[in-house]
Amino acid sequence: MSNVPEELRYTESHEWVSTENDGTVRVGITDHAQEALGDLVFVELPAIGDQIDQGDSCAVVESVKAASDIYSPLAGEVVAINEDLEGDPGIINNDPYGDGWLFALELSDSSDLDDLLDAETYAQQLD
Amino acid sequence: MPQRTPLYDAHIEAGARMVDFGGWEMPINYGSQIEEHHHVRRDVGMFDVSHMTIVDLRGRDTPAFLSRLLANDIGKLATPGKALYSCMLNEEGGVIDDLITYRMDEHWYRMVVNAATRENDLAWLNRQAEGFDLELAERAELAMVAVQGPGAREAVIRILASDDAERASSLKPFSAAECGALFVARTGYTGEDGFEVALPPDEAQAFWEQLVANGVAPCGLGARDTLRLEAGMNLYGQDMDTTVTPLESGLAWTVAMGDEREFIGREALERQREDGVPRKLVGLVLEGRGVLRHGQKVLTDAGDGEVTSGSFSPTLERAIALARVPADTGETVSVDIRGKALPARVVRPPFARNGEICDGIL
Repeated sequence: MSNVPEELRYTESHEWVSTENDGTVRVGITDHAQEALGDLVFVELPAIGDQIDQGDSCAVVESVKAASDIYSPLAGEVVAINEDLEGDPGIINNDPYGDGWLFALELSDSSDLDDLLDAETYAQQLD
Repeated sequence: MPQRTPLYDAHIEAGARMVDFGGWEMPINYGSQIEEHHHVRRDVGMFDVSHMTIVDLRGRDTPAFLSRLLANDIGKLATPGKALYSCMLNEEGGVIDDLITYRMDEHWYRMVVNAATRENDLAWLNRQAEGFDLELAERAELAMVAVQGPGAREAVIRILASDDAERASSLKPFSAAECGALFVARTGYTGEDGFEVALPPDEAQAFWEQLVANGVAPCGLGARDTLRLEAGMNLYGQDMDTTVTPLESGLAWTVAMGDEREFIGREALERQREDGVPRKLVGLVLEGRGVLRHGQKVLTDAGDGEVTSGSFSPTLERAIALARVPADTGETVSVDIRGKALPARVVRPPFARNGEICDGIL
């Protein structure tokens, strides 16, 4: 059974979103997603300063098995990317909700967060 | 409803992630595919390959039949126990399947063919066997376990009875022997030493568990695929099929045309050789970051080609591939990865074998 932390928001395409203290949000892929993909070997992230729309394909994670597009859960500007992933994409497998985050956004409209799934709804989708 | 091997319960118990593999429910990994890959390159791992199809051919005409059926020359198997890798071609020289044939005794040969091509292969065998004095018997009941890696032979020999252990330990590469109820072949699909063992279904689980107890790591078909790719071995249905000949598939060495032997597809291959073989299968190593995948377009000065098998190589820690490209392709190409043309170097497979990266690859 994969781990679905209570405090995060989710998308149907298996991304998670956390709200940070400074008001930005971090985006990553869920435990379910990393497990389905298997060992990750390559990550392509957006550039800092990119403006992205909700639903944009803005990153790629590749496992030994397959490539998978990451769709931005929300609209905003990319304010940080997880550079540690370039050297060691396996961090995502080991800690998908922590050190395995992908990028951070400054949201265009924070009310967009309400469009996302809560933990319970996302967990039901996995059943 | 997918089929299950006699080791299904053992896989579930070991926490395997199961996938549908040509109609069989098989383990893709038991956790980390990369760790499983390294186990085989560095130590020892094992694979359930019971889904593969074993066919026994017995009868006076078996050698003559195989001499016509196979592009490689069955006459090379001078003594019992010897094994031969070959393609089975159609009249146009297209590859119906690749397979290993073992000579069991004078009139008994054993073939191991791919699971995904089983029905087609059996139909072809039966059709071609008409008029030959021989019996074809599929041994669908047999389980098969591939134990591979530098420690593989020792691990298997340790659990065999003494007579059988002696027989197994004296096996040369690419040969096989019956060890009691077990058929032990010193063959594999990983580029490492080891055994492939066919055995009765009711003995499979105990055999597997004994190997686990002796430190052999269960490995999934995911690792099997990256290991065979590093070893430069083709996968049927991906690197070759009926639309290409062995000459366009890096398998000219398996086609025996030195004499007058009339095998199916020979005329087509001779014609292709005369006209010039238009394409070749090469190895690619991606220069930068990214992953090569089946189906990506390869751009060369001589025209376009295609990645037939691509993956991240755990041993090289970069992307490698087999690709079919125009015969005149030079030493560098570009690969279209999601709209970007990324540079790759053309190399001669294998990429890695016997625990090491091969010369000239990096």
